[in-house]
Amino acid sequence: MEWLSILTTIIHNAVIYATPLIFAALGGVFSERSGVVNIGLEGLMIIGAFASAVVTLWTESPFLGLIAGALAGVLLSLLHAVASVTFRAHQVVNGMAINFLALGLAIYLTKQLFSGSAQTTTLKTLIPKWDIPWLSEIPYLGPMFFKTYPTSYFAVLVVILCGYLLYKTSFGLRLRAVGEHPAAADTMGVHVGRMRYTGVLISGALAGLGGAIITLTTTSNFSYSTISGQGYIALAAVIFGKWNPYGVLGAALFFGCVQALNSSAQVLGFSAYIPTAFIQMLPYLLTIIVLAGFVGKAEGPKASGEPYIKGSR
Amino acid sequence: MNFNMKKHNIGVPFVSIILAMLVGAVAMLLAGYNPVSAYASFFDGIFSSPYLMGETIRQVTPLIFTGLAVAFAFRTGLFNIGAEGQFLVGQLAAVAVGIFFKLPFFLHIPLAILAAAIAGGLWGAIPGYLKAKRGVHEVITTIMMNWIAFILTNYLIRTYMKAESERSMDIQPTASISFEWLSDLFQGARIHLGIVIALLFAFLMYFLLWRTKQGFELRAVGSNSLAAKYAGMNVKRNIIKAMFISGALAGLGGASEGLGVYGYMTISSVFPGVGYDGIAVALIGSNTSIGVILGAILFGALTFGAQNMQMASDVPYEIIRIVIAFIIFFIASSDIAKSILGLLRKIPLRSRKGGA
Repeated sequence: MEWLSILTTIIHNAVIYATPLIFAALGGVFSERSGVVNIGLEGLMIIGAFASAVVTLWTESPFLGLIAGALAGVLLSLLHAVASVTFRAHQVVNGMAINFLALGLAIYLTKQLFSGSAQTTTLKTLIPKWDIPWLSEIPYLGPMFFKTYPTSYFAVLVVILCGYLLYKTSFGLRLRAVGEHPAAADTMGVHVGRMRYTGVLISGALAGLGGAIITLTTTSNFSYSTISGQGYIALAAVIFGKWNPYGVLGAALFFGCVQALNSSAQVLGFSAYIPTAFIQMLPYLLTIIVLAGFVGKAEGPKASGEPYIKGSR
Repeated sequence: MNFNMKKHNIGVPFVSIILAMLVGAVAMLLAGYNPVSAYASFFDGIFSSPYLMGETIRQVTPLIFTGLAVAFAFRTGLFNIGAEGQFLVGQLAAVAVGIFFKLPFFLHIPLAILAAAIAGGLWGAIPGYLKAKRGVHEVITTIMMNWIAFILTNYLIRTYMKAESERSMDIQPTASISFEWLSDLFQGARIHLGIVIALLFAFLMYFLLWRTKQGFELRAVGSNSLAAKYAGMNVKRNIIKAMFISGALAGLGGASEGLGVYGYMTISSVFPGVGYDGIAVALIGSNTSIGVILGAILFGALTFGAQNMQMASDVPYEIIRIVIAFIIFFIASSDIAKSILGLLRKIPLRSRKGGA
């Protein structure tokens, strides 16, 4: 069964590609659910990828690298929160500022730390893959899902956790209320600003983690091109997944699949029949077709993007 | 979401730029550079000779086009992240017409430019159509269209118009908008007719948006689509139109770059970036024509000056990306700049004049 083993490889890769997207897109969900548009996901991933590379080089611990990535994301997202919530800035505009700042700052610091080079040295310690006992021995399914990086298992746990947090706790209810109708939430005694800060900072942690995972599982160093558009794809996954953690999981897996298909096109020998360019285009074409055909109208949280001014209607 | 910026006075961008340069100075101090000499070499790199001025204008030109493209879409309530892709297909169309057609210049140049506008326009109209008819969020589709444009243009150059190196053949001289007399005026800088076309279209955008009924409809759809619909306007058709025009503007930028600066198109491994920078330009310029021109000048001058700064005083080029980021940050959070302006106003006039 040749095609089955090909499929195994593709799914295996899809899970790896999807993992950082899941984290970053979940971050987007928290921010937007609280009413703050965050198109700075790309920048948050960049700063996370950078911080994790540097800290892992220093400490030789990828685990500390992950934590550093998340913390760096939190710090940068603090700037977004201050602008969006405290100064009632235009959130899309400021999101662009975050993206510019992250790339500029990360490369600037890289040049400082690595004697003028625009990329870090290659990491020696990366996250190793974990085989789950028993499950990894299931034919086909094992190699697809249970012989991968621990971060991927963690991603699924985090999705479930986020789903619980958003829909089954009073914190989640408040967060969503603040994003849908801040004035009503305010009347009920919910501190709108504090909830929005929380949402944005969580998004920073998750997106930073996503960036760190790319460094620590895929690229093994940080450079200009480590994060090249994944943040925007994550943004697409937020909308595609309809601002819901489980939807986001599905969307990220979908984007992971198309990317995996893409990267194995040459190995599979499709390229003998169709120009590679068209196979490379496929993920993006498919995304458009799927969105146009199946998902339909995407409606975000109602107050997303609107600064809240107390007492205004 | 409403993309129309709050009206702010002229002081806000000015204060924002100064604050951002201060942040940049702090970043340089922390890294052990001398900010004063760095900024000095930076300004030297923009204004010190006609050649540098000409090159700065070359850098500014495509940003005016992509800035206008993004601003136009913003006015209609649409976020066009796809200027990048529209720029690429526009450049390809212009260069293709430039290579394969043999016409006198007075037909060749307009035809190549028109082809670019149509190609970019259609590339923008597809997300517009999908938004209007299928409710697909334009942010996603324009990002996807960027990637498709990137792969497609590289493929088409490689397959149908490849020269010996990794680029297309040269366009016929009759399609070029780069003129020797203009270059000579700026000591051989690669300034070209594109800047004139850019300024012309900036005016046309202003005229269309603020002086025509169509422009009123587009703005009405942008600020309140429900009210526009209630007033009998065709919201869907206006969305598609707006995205076509937005894409066409970005496509014209591609034509200007292809016919003016290079005379060919390279097979590139990275995005040119002018489309994404165009978003920042539009935002700095509060989505007005004049603002976009000023924003593009600021942005282009910063980017070009930074290259010189890196050579002259060894400060990494990226410092300017940080400064640009903070300019955008302070403009977005205009309350900061406003409170500083407010403080300045509180200082009595007498003490400002030195206590006389």
